[in-house]
Amino acid sequence: MTDKKAGCSVPSAKVANSDSEGLPVQTDMVKEEKSMTVMVGKKAPDFTAPAFHKGEFKQVKLSDHLGKWVALCFYPGDFTFV
Amino acid sequence: MSVDSQFVHKIWNDVELSRMVEGGVPFAMASDSGGSIGRVYGVYSEEAGVDVRGRFLIDPDGVIQAMEVLTPPVGRNVSETLRQIQAYQLVRKSGGTQATPSGWKPGGKVLNPNIDLVGNVWKEWNPKDVYGK
Repeated sequence: MTDKKAGCSVPSAKVANSDSEGLPVQTDMVKEEKSMTVMVGKKAPDFTAPAFHKGEFKQVKLSDHLGKWVALCFYPGDFTFV
Repeated sequence: MSVDSQFVHKIWNDVELSRMVEGGVPFAMASDSGGSIGRVYGVYSEEAGVDVRGRFLIDPDGVIQAMEVLTPPVGRNVSETLRQIQAYQLVRKSGGTQATPSGWKPGGKVLNPNIDLVGNVWKEWNPKDVYGK
């Protein structure tokens, strides 16, 4: 993953295999396949996202961490209290 | 991971979090602007426009082994997250032949599920051993 310079044009979060142009017109069968319900015992949906890490801006990709345990934590927002 | 930009993550780390943890946050703070990742993981609130407190443990094969989702006002217990990782690592190392009973901690009693254990867990494990009652 190449590091990107901090500028006004930066990559945004993106789920792997998703269409960046928004929801495409598709058949019901394809929709079902794309719904990707998250469940224990199932593959974690891959993604890339811009990140801040140890003083630098970089892109992170979930699948770059295969071979290691990953704790993926979501939280409501920076500067929230708990 | 939150819907904040990586720029806000940096400022939060620099002005506040680095005063709680020496050297600042040691892991990547990722931006899920727009909530597309949170949506796929089932933790994005369309009403609030934020990702709620969801935590996923993903094994070395990329498989989700555990998940926990909390509403915003209650914080997580990092010790419990670490305990679960240690338990899953033990199970994985055993090739799935061992299981960790309720309340297990590193060094604690581990079960070896097999046909002889059916109906006999009470001989091997008691809640008093880990919960004291």
